[in-house]
Amino acid sequence: MKRKVLSACLAATMVFACAATTVAADTVKIGVYEPASGDNGAGGKQETLGIQYANYVQPTVEIDGTEYDVELVIVDNQSSTDKAVSAASELVSNGVSVVLGSYGSGVSIAAADTFKAANTPAIGVTCTNPQVTDGNDYYFRICFLDPFQGSVMANYAKDNYDAKKAYVLTKLGDDYSTGLGFYFSKAFKDLGGEVIEENYPDGTSDFNAYVSKAISENVDVIFAPISIEAAQLVIDQAAAQGITCPLLAGDTWDSNVVLAAAEGTNIDLNVSTFYQSGVNEEFDKGIVEWMESDSTALANNGGDTKVAAVSAMGYDAYFVALEALKNAGSTDPQAVYEALPTTTYTGITGEIAFNEIGDAARDSAIVKKANTETAEWEFVAEQKVK
Amino acid sequence: MDFLSKNLPYLLAGISVGGQYALIAIGYTMVYGILRLINFAHGDIFTVAGLVMIYAMTVLPLYISIPLTLIVTVVLAYLVERVAYRPLRSAPRMSVMISAIGVSYLLQNLMLYVTGGLAKTYPTIPFASNTITIGGATTKVVTLITPVLTIVLVIALVQLINHTKIGMAMRSVANDFETSRLMGIKVDNVISMTFIIGSFLAAVGSLLYFTNYASVVPTSGSMPGLKAFVAAVFGGIGSIPGAVIGAFIIGICENIIKGLGWTTFSDAFTFALLIVVLIVKPTGLFGEGAKDKV
Amino acid sequence: MSKKTDRIISALLLVALLVLAVVLDKTLPTTHIALTVLKKGCIWSLIVVSMNLLNGFTGLFSLGHAGFMLIGGYTFAVLTIPVADRASVYQYYDGGIIQFCVPMIVGLLAAGVVAAIMAWLIGLPVLRLKSDYLAIATLGFSEIVRAFFQWDTMGPITNGSNMLRKFPSLPSLLFAVVASGICIAVIVMIINSSYGRAFKAIRDDEIAAEAMGINLAKHKRMAFCISSFFAGIGGALFAMYQGTLQAMTFKTALTYELLLIVVIGGLGSVTGSILASFLYIACSEWWLRFLDSEMTIGGFKVPLLRSGFRMVVFSIIIMVIVLFARKGIMGDKEFSVSGLVNFFKNRGKKKEVK
Repeated sequence: MKRKVLSACLAATMVFACAATTVAADTVKIGVYEPASGDNGAGGKQETLGIQYANYVQPTVEIDGTEYDVELVIVDNQSSTDKAVSAASELVSNGVSVVLGSYGSGVSIAAADTFKAANTPAIGVTCTNPQVTDGNDYYFRICFLDPFQGSVMANYAKDNYDAKKAYVLTKLGDDYSTGLGFYFSKAFKDLGGEVIEENYPDGTSDFNAYVSKAISENVDVIFAPISIEAAQLVIDQAAAQGITCPLLAGDTWDSNVVLAAAEGTNIDLNVSTFYQSGVNEEFDKGIVEWMESDSTALANNGGDTKVAAVSAMGYDAYFVALEALKNAGSTDPQAVYEALPTTTYTGITGEIAFNEIGDAARDSAIVKKANTETAEWEFVAEQKVK
Repeated sequence: MDFLSKNLPYLLAGISVGGQYALIAIGYTMVYGILRLINFAHGDIFTVAGLVMIYAMTVLPLYISIPLTLIVTVVLAYLVERVAYRPLRSAPRMSVMISAIGVSYLLQNLMLYVTGGLAKTYPTIPFASNTITIGGATTKVVTLITPVLTIVLVIALVQLINHTKIGMAMRSVANDFETSRLMGIKVDNVISMTFIIGSFLAAVGSLLYFTNYASVVPTSGSMPGLKAFVAAVFGGIGSIPGAVIGAFIIGICENIIKGLGWTTFSDAFTFALLIVVLIVKPTGLFGEGAKDKV
Repeated sequence: MSKKTDRIISALLLVALLVLAVVLDKTLPTTHIALTVLKKGCIWSLIVVSMNLLNGFTGLFSLGHAGFMLIGGYTFAVLTIPVADRASVYQYYDGGIIQFCVPMIVGLLAAGVVAAIMAWLIGLPVLRLKSDYLAIATLGFSEIVRAFFQWDTMGPITNGSNMLRKFPSLPSLLFAVVASGICIAVIVMIINSSYGRAFKAIRDDEIAAEAMGINLAKHKRMAFCISSFFAGIGGALFAMYQGTLQAMTFKTALTYELLLIVVIGGLGSVTGSILASFLYIACSEWWLRFLDSEMTIGGFKVPLLRSGFRMVVFSIIIMVIVLFARKGIMGDKEFSVSGLVNFFKNRGKKKEVK
């Protein structure tokens, strides 16, 4: 019992420490809730890059007649759900008006209640699991959902490869991965296909057996909605074993890191994604120049200047947030929350508007194929809901 | 024949990964044999070796990078022993083990900091990274090199331990710490040597392992490290041939389990095996029985 | 100072602490980082103290704590998710097979009981092992438990490897303080009982303890089960704190983290563990966060500061404690008011001598 004294002292120091943080005048804070380490570190960094670039392009916003500086408050949620709560409360304690993120659905779901309790709206950038916005008014998102993405890829496998048997590889305990895998399998089975589902535990780097399994089962297509880190290993292993069937994946794989892994191999690699570079030249050119001038940004993008789709999404998310701030006419999170449902924005990844549960009203996904010689993505098709 | 061609890939992968575990397991078993310490940091030293290789290859040619990697790893292991284990020589065993966990934690966080949390791609090593087809299964050449190299290294090590002065000193220290000291053996030097040999083999293991699974993250080494430790226990801790055989068995079983579709339990299996061994035959396959001293 | 005044002051402090918890609850916004950190600190205190009971007081080097937390957390979550929400939580398993819901308190107790039962079962074979073999076997068990809970076939109960959510969350800081406080008080009572003395005897010398007529197997099993019981409750509270639960969280790394906190606080000191838990959580989740972002002071860019630096600094501090302050903050002593008074008195005396 006496030990409580010290915790009391601690609490007092804590209170004191909080009092020290005050918001400077005419600054609006936007929280960036992204992983910078852990499983989704690479993707999270690329998404953050897009937001940072947008902030570099448009560092101010006019709210109710006053010019505000936009300050990004970035926290690392370490891709882990047990760090999610404190990372999220760090943001809301910092007085952010709106939060962007996260890459990876699990951490978004874990933080959703914190944002809700703080009356702070959050805009999901690429978290595609339905549970993110389910039952939470304060979570919005600008990307499509897994059921949609899963069915797009299942249809693509059926139409373009005439696939009858699919191998679906997901990661245990990763909500994005298991969710997308589930919806793909469901859609593929509905189309009359056969599915072999397997998962790998955390910390796996030996994908030898998984690829062997796909080969020995004679599947027509492999669907692997997994993190970029694991993607590198799977591609490497698939190339080593001389796999011939196509590899399909979701939006995470639309990354230069994956391209680099596939370069010089014979792998037929297809992904569904949000953005095809080249659609908006101004953005492409601008972000490349910006990355070249900033060595940290370049390193965070994996060492080259190929723009990932998640960066484009981060860029759009930032402008959606600004738009919402303008509509709200205030920096108060509650006002931003009330303004968000009616906010619309035409971004580089398309029209963005929210439906009644806060999901983006997106009805199309882009399918891209990797050119393994030039290490570029090539546009294949734009798929709509069937 | 059909059965073989279907299972050959798993078998090959198992033998290959088993060889890599074996190289790590030797480090565990030697250190445990002498210090009675589970060197939890061993798996992380293995990962550091992988990262050093990656960074070295960005500026240096292959024939310098490989020796450099081996040297850096050995120096690191020596330093860890010097700084984190030697001061605790007279402390209770639990303190040393906690120190080992602390070192492991520190190394992982350091690597996280240096890499910035991103996975690093391991450079391709000419020849070893090429693919080759055996009996219908395509794999990397390194898969075949690994078991051969492992066995060569182990034979060399066993020769060293059985037929040289330092080897004799090691056996003596492992047998009785205090008496060896009384007999004039410089125990600290012998222990340093043990760490050097163990980490050297781990570095070789890391070269082979990451050539096969070409991506390094700070936690890459923890699972292989734990499995290698299990292999060491399985084979009878302190026994080098035991560790090697244990590692091959674990590597092969693990891959066959994955082949059977029990992927969720591929890691758990290793631990289940460990517990069964500990309960049925705590000294492992080739271990010597330990007596409690009062 | 007499024992009586010591007691009175301690009791007053305890009351003051509860009042403070209420005040903080009422004044700070519910998502304030200070509240979040304090809540997590309370829960971590309980878990660390329960681990200390095993490692510090009984001398059983067990690394299976994350596994017992997982069992407790899952038991609680599975039992307390409202029936109406089950369909959306168990979205891949048609709502799961458990279609009832128990009150929160029952869930918490069940969490402890199930964890203790599992500990009893696991203890049967494992507790025969000695020191590091025990450590590695318990570590193995916690990994097996994790794989089992992630298993797809268990999906209708555990939701496979997917997230569990919508179970009751922590209502307030006061709740965390009271719940952890009661549990820790019970642990302290056990430590001070004759059983506790037997535990310490086993730690100090197993063979001598046995010679004195202490039933080794029985007492070890008892310590193991009690520790797991509270780890289970701690796991459940932790789930409440997080609002979501996933087996992936309970990796070996978590156990290592807990063990390091035990060491920082001092093996065999309850107050040390509590103090260390609060310090650890506050530093790692809050105070040191500034180390992760770039900073310029007067136009000078502070070197080294970038993402990940926090954890490097942190682990160096831990290593320094492990190597140079091997006894941790409190050693195996307990904090007490009279102890504090004596401490300052002695310091004053020393100065006088100078």
